[in-house]
Amino acid sequence: MLQTLQETLSRLAALDPAVIAIAGLSLRVSFSAVGLGTLLGVPLGALVAVSQFPGRRLVVGLLNAAMGLPPVVIGLVLYLILSRSGPFGGLGLLFTPSAMIAAQTVLVVPLIAALTRQIVADAQDYLGEQLSSLGLNGAQRAAILIFDTRFSLVTALLAAFGRAISEIGAVLVVGGNIDGHTRTMTTAISLETQKGDLPLALALGVVLIAVVIAVSAVASLLRSYAMRAYG
Amino acid sequence: MDRLRRSTLSLGLLIAVLGLATGPVLATPQETITVASTTSTEQSGLFKDLLPKFTLASGIAVKVVALGTGQALDAARRGDADVALVHDTTAEEKFVSEGWSTKRYPVMYNDFVLVGPKDDPAGAAGASVVEALRKIAAAKAPFVSRGDRSGTHTAELRYWNETGLDLGAVRGDWYKDVGQGMGPALNTASASNAYLLTDRGTWLSFKNRGDLKILVEGDKRLFNQYGVMLVNPEKHPHVKAKAGQAFIDWLVSTPGQNAIAAYRIGGEQLFFPNAGAR
Repeated sequence: MLQTLQETLSRLAALDPAVIAIAGLSLRVSFSAVGLGTLLGVPLGALVAVSQFPGRRLVVGLLNAAMGLPPVVIGLVLYLILSRSGPFGGLGLLFTPSAMIAAQTVLVVPLIAALTRQIVADAQDYLGEQLSSLGLNGAQRAAILIFDTRFSLVTALLAAFGRAISEIGAVLVVGGNIDGHTRTMTTAISLETQKGDLPLALALGVVLIAVVIAVSAVASLLRSYAMRAYG
Repeated sequence: MDRLRRSTLSLGLLIAVLGLATGPVLATPQETITVASTTSTEQSGLFKDLLPKFTLASGIAVKVVALGTGQALDAARRGDADVALVHDTTAEEKFVSEGWSTKRYPVMYNDFVLVGPKDDPAGAAGASVVEALRKIAAAKAPFVSRGDRSGTHTAELRYWNETGLDLGAVRGDWYKDVGQGMGPALNTASASNAYLLTDRGTWLSFKNRGDLKILVEGDKRLFNQYGVMLVNPEKHPHVKAKAGQAFIDWLVSTPGQNAIAAYRIGGEQLFFPNAGAR
């Protein structure tokens, strides 16, 4: 164990540009997925929070449950859809970064929507009377509440980013872990573990954790800066 | 006004994100083929050595998806690869006879080895592979099986079949079916001091050997032939037949065969070109 750690440290010092490219791809895929997931999930969650419609409780229940969708199952379903023999095979997206972004987007939309719904619903309970006195429609109320809770929503997006960048099941199945093309941090760690190169696998793991911490730190800094400036 | 600005902003964001997502796909004008291959060729490091040489010679980039032989052939059947490079001659001939490819080209061979704990509790060292398996079963010594329909797995089942033992009847807790690639199976065997069948290439490049060593090798049954096939464009019109065939032609040409022979780990040759074989 100690020896592995020691080797890990020396491997960390010698990480080559390929690792930077792999980390870059991981970031690009997960940022894109969270970006798309935000555009879909935040409005969806907010609208569910402010609207009254039959079956609403069922929708809320489904959203909450979908936070636990297993990545590998999402990957498998997307694989079958994007395979050349599947309904969207003509797009030729299988084994490309775009397919990985699609899979991670499916993964994070329920998470973002469910957390947004909760945050917006809480804010609505708090501001409800003032809001109803303004005579706004649902979309306007949702927009105001999203704006009002924007700093809390950052935490929801960070949770989604954490889920996206750390998952392996979906990107492995739809990406294929192709060297220099669809290899991400998690699939690279898995591959090096399979090859029995545990120090290198661990060194990559340290890089991945460092990336996650850096993203989270930057987000928190921006958030506290924005709160002081505009809050 | 505010809403207009917001929607313009989100539209811009959407376009930026989509651009980010599709940019690299559009930015690769170079022709690229997808090869479905086996974990042994990838994890032994052969492709990392071989593919840049082919790309340099042809201008064609190769993307390798490493799966077990069974899965790789399935991916090719679905049209998710242009070329399949695998090692299970029977399955390959079936692939051709079903019309998924028009021709199978032998490329190279390596061999399987039976590895096990240094102290060899079953006394398998030096025996033929079939005899060694009999001894392992008799001793109920821990044995790890790939269990993933890979070429190595089908070879293992073939050897069990030759022992005359009914694997379904004799297997017990000692027989661990891990259902994973060669690397994970080796990791499992190394962690539990178990016997297992592996291809020599993956074994040579595997770093976490623990107390395992080669116990049986050189038996002519352990011969492991690799073949390469172009997916039939009549079955899947999008297959990049020209570029795929160029890859196959290069593999069986003198430069390709020499490149395979030149790949070594620690001075030891891993794959032996034999494009002229059956």
